Amino acid sequence: MKGNINWFKYSSPQTFYPLAGTLAPWFGALAAVFGAAGLYIGFFVAPTDYQQGEAYRIIFIHVPAAWMSMFLYLVMAFWAGAGLMFNTRLSGMMASALAPTGALFTFIALWTGSLWGKPMWGTYWVWDARLTSELILLFLYFGFMALQAAIDDARRADRAGAVLALVGVVNVPVIYFSVQWWNTLHQGASVSLTKAPTMAATMFAGMIVMAFGFWFYSIAVTLLRVRCIVLERERNSEWVTEYARDFR
Amino acid sequence: MKPRHKRLAMIVGGVAALGAAAALVLSAFQQNLVFFFTPSQVAANEAPQGRNFRIGGLVEAGSVKRQADGVTVQFVVTDTARSIPVVYRGILPDLFREGKGVVTQGRLGPDGVFQASEVLAKHDENYMPPESAQALEQAGKAQKSVVIR
Repeated sequence: MKGNINWFKYSSPQTFYPLAGTLAPWFGALAAVFGAAGLYIGFFVAPTDYQQGEAYRIIFIHVPAAWMSMFLYLVMAFWAGAGLMFNTRLSGMMASALAPTGALFTFIALWTGSLWGKPMWGTYWVWDARLTSELILLFLYFGFMALQAAIDDARRADRAGAVLALVGVVNVPVIYFSVQWWNTLHQGASVSLTKAPTMAATMFAGMIVMAFGFWFYSIAVTLLRVRCIVLERERNSEWVTEYARDFR
Repeated sequence: MKPRHKRLAMIVGGVAALGAAAALVLSAFQQNLVFFFTPSQVAANEAPQGRNFRIGGLVEAGSVKRQADGVTVQFVVTDTARSIPVVYRGILPDLFREGKGVVTQGRLGPDGVFQASEVLAKHDENYMPPESAQALEQAGKAQKSVVIR
């Protein structure tokens, strides 16, 4: 690559703070556009399912939320690992900022799935491998947040949380492959990287558009949250003092 | 080796070790993590004896019979190799259909009839509009008639 791009420039909270502030509204707007389009396709364009009738429309929320719950955990673990490796302050802040959104999507996936499960399967909850491992994911997010909140020193909290986040990574492939490895009540994947989706094209389109909407939403709220964390943790630094002075 | 590389090696090594440990534990628990047993497994005496367990398979086409009291249902669960007759008293889930997946919990009576206390529908991963399903069905019938001829 030509020239020397300084990849570490934006790893400083001071330079990342304004960048995050510039980017967040754009991702927020994208999230609104994709969310609205996805819901429109989901409710008005996609056809009724031949078996489940209208109840299948849960997939436009449930499946993207479940995808995001796993994906955000991987991103969180990546930042936690990067923080351990490079000792950068911002990495730990990113991991902390991602956790609540990840927990939110995990909860949405479990909650919507449960509401769908009662009429379709005949039960709100079963202890099969897919449902149980997704519940463990929720507890991993909660555990990560609780552990960080329990340690006063931010850098030590980051390191302890990072170890927990990295240990929990083992759970993500278990969730994803649980429906292949074991007999589960939860159905297999309709969409995967290795084969064509086993669903009508408009249904698939609605799901993908919603997934992008959730993705942009996650980026937007994480950037906003990391800005708060930056200000909180750097409050004694000179640049935050100066920044605050500008507001007077 | 820079300290940061050393830390990377420790992280990668740690995660790899954990992954291996998890894989070993999960493969050791393979039998216990099974949500249901298939009729073939029951026939091979792999299912637990004398206590509740779940069987899973397809509801055999044409096997569903409702008894005179209106709430007792009889049907046959099959994995196409073996099948088990099931008796259930209660409300069936929406997705319970002949020829579709089902998971049912209960115990196996001495007469070989499974006394179910809970019936759950197991949905498959296919989603399509009713017209496509009809078209598929007709295509299937057409194929069958070709085979018969």
